[in-house]
Amino acid sequence: MNRKRMLIWIGDIIGCVVAFVVFIVPFLFMFINSLKDRKEANALNMKLPEVFHWENYWKVIKESDFLILRAFKNSLLLSFFAVIILVIICSMGGYYLQRRKDRLSKALNIYIMLGLMIPSAILPTIWVLQRLGIFKTLFSMVLVEVALTIPFTIMLYIGYMSGIPSELEESAYIDGCGPGKTFWLVIFPLLKSIHATSIILNAVSIFNDFTNPLYFLPGQKNVTVQQTIYNFMGRYQTSYNLLFADVILITLPMLILFLIFNKKIVEGIVAGAVKG
Amino acid sequence: MNKSKMYHNGFVFPVILIFSIFFIIPMVISFYFSLTVWNLDSVRFIGLDNFKTLLHSGPLITGFKNTFIYIIFGSGGVTVISFMIAVFLTSRIRTKNLLRSVVFFPNLVSSVAVGITFIALMHPSKGMINALIKALGGSSISFLGDPKIAIFSTIAVMLWKGFSIATVIYIAGITSIDPGYFEAAAIDGAHGWKKLRYITIPLTKDSINTVLMLSVIGSFRNFDLIWALTGGGPGYATDNVASSIYKQYTLGFYGLSTAGNVILLITTALLIFPLQRLLRGKGDE
Repeated sequence: MNRKRMLIWIGDIIGCVVAFVVFIVPFLFMFINSLKDRKEANALNMKLPEVFHWENYWKVIKESDFLILRAFKNSLLLSFFAVIILVIICSMGGYYLQRRKDRLSKALNIYIMLGLMIPSAILPTIWVLQRLGIFKTLFSMVLVEVALTIPFTIMLYIGYMSGIPSELEESAYIDGCGPGKTFWLVIFPLLKSIHATSIILNAVSIFNDFTNPLYFLPGQKNVTVQQTIYNFMGRYQTSYNLLFADVILITLPMLILFLIFNKKIVEGIVAGAVKG
Repeated sequence: MNKSKMYHNGFVFPVILIFSIFFIIPMVISFYFSLTVWNLDSVRFIGLDNFKTLLHSGPLITGFKNTFIYIIFGSGGVTVISFMIAVFLTSRIRTKNLLRSVVFFPNLVSSVAVGITFIALMHPSKGMINALIKALGGSSISFLGDPKIAIFSTIAVMLWKGFSIATVIYIAGITSIDPGYFEAAAIDGAHGWKKLRYITIPLTKDSINTVLMLSVIGSFRNFDLIWALTGGGPGYATDNVASSIYKQYTLGFYGLSTAGNVILLITTALLIFPLQRLLRGKGDE
């Protein structure tokens, strides 16, 4: 038994050291260098700065007439609305697809899961948006992000829904609840953990999305955070301190979200993805 | 209770509507546009010329070759290594909750930010990885500048970012195994490798399938990270199909770009559907 305890100890130590070097060091590296002056930061090492230049952050925020703040607003609006819509429509859709086991619902399930397998056709999507007169608007970006994330989110909800007994709906029905009332008052509140999982995973992937805004939101007006930082990358090639300050700034919101929902992520996936 | 009344078609309608307009319809139209020279204002039908051009274009063929390298080493690596991480993080070590959060960390950082960080860490002369190699007596490596190495450096960064979700899915799978199996195995004298081989691996088959599928599909679609890290370069050394499609688009070749997309779609389907059938089929045994 003693040998076993030793092994666990060694496991702990190795795990922590490896995790620190592989995952934590890169973050520390960014943070330390974001506080140096230009010359120090360009040496790209991990020495602590001689003077802490907190004003780097202010410089980055002020850049191009507060461009990053506008970008933040766009990215937050985009993620917020997309995530809300996803929670509402995918919980409804998952409920229907999991409960109704007839031919139509099975076919619709396969139809949606196509989206998980095949890549989206980007340029024709632009064409569709243009025909609808909504190309280059935040509104259309929200809908495109929703459409691209529907399959994964539906998969999560179907998996979770299979753990909720359908007797609940039957008794609600006997008590005289209609279909809408049953879902919104009885079922929807029971989906809390999977709501949390889908909120965090989708918020992170939509906030961090670079590709789709690159195609669907070109131009300065609706610029998103990832676009901004990509452009900074070209401009600040020789000022790593500012570049890292930018990186830290845009990573912060997701970090906060993660700290709030941390526990729910594994919980939701345990219940969702695997059984599905 | 009437099922079709209780679970009214209206519940699924919004999902189907949005998904159809912004995913399925563009996909269907793409087959037509791939046969044309077009931009957002005009269309001219040219038959299969785009496909002929693409099949003779060096960059796209490189893109295809690279996509398969990404799948074999990237998706393969994620599937196998994440599994080992998950086994480690479901063992009896005390710091597992902390370490689980740490492994998930990179998922929060956008590909662009990861790209910037690793460009700095992999800098050919000053980067910390090379500093370490030099301290150990080696000579520095141009991780992202050498066309032979660049794709593997890119894959390494993909793995770094990709472990997170895969590990969480595995942890979910492993923790949902009934502990009774392990107890029974322990009584029969199975330990370590045997426990892994005869209990953990077979009983997490669903998770392994999920991770493998998601990461193969991810390899096909991956664009962000490649673009931020190398821009597809040096030359076309790290381009995959998705990034060569983007290059065609920025050059204004909408028809070619769409045709590239159609080829990508067909290859994905040709690879994914049989793969899924294979994995599902094995799961039934």
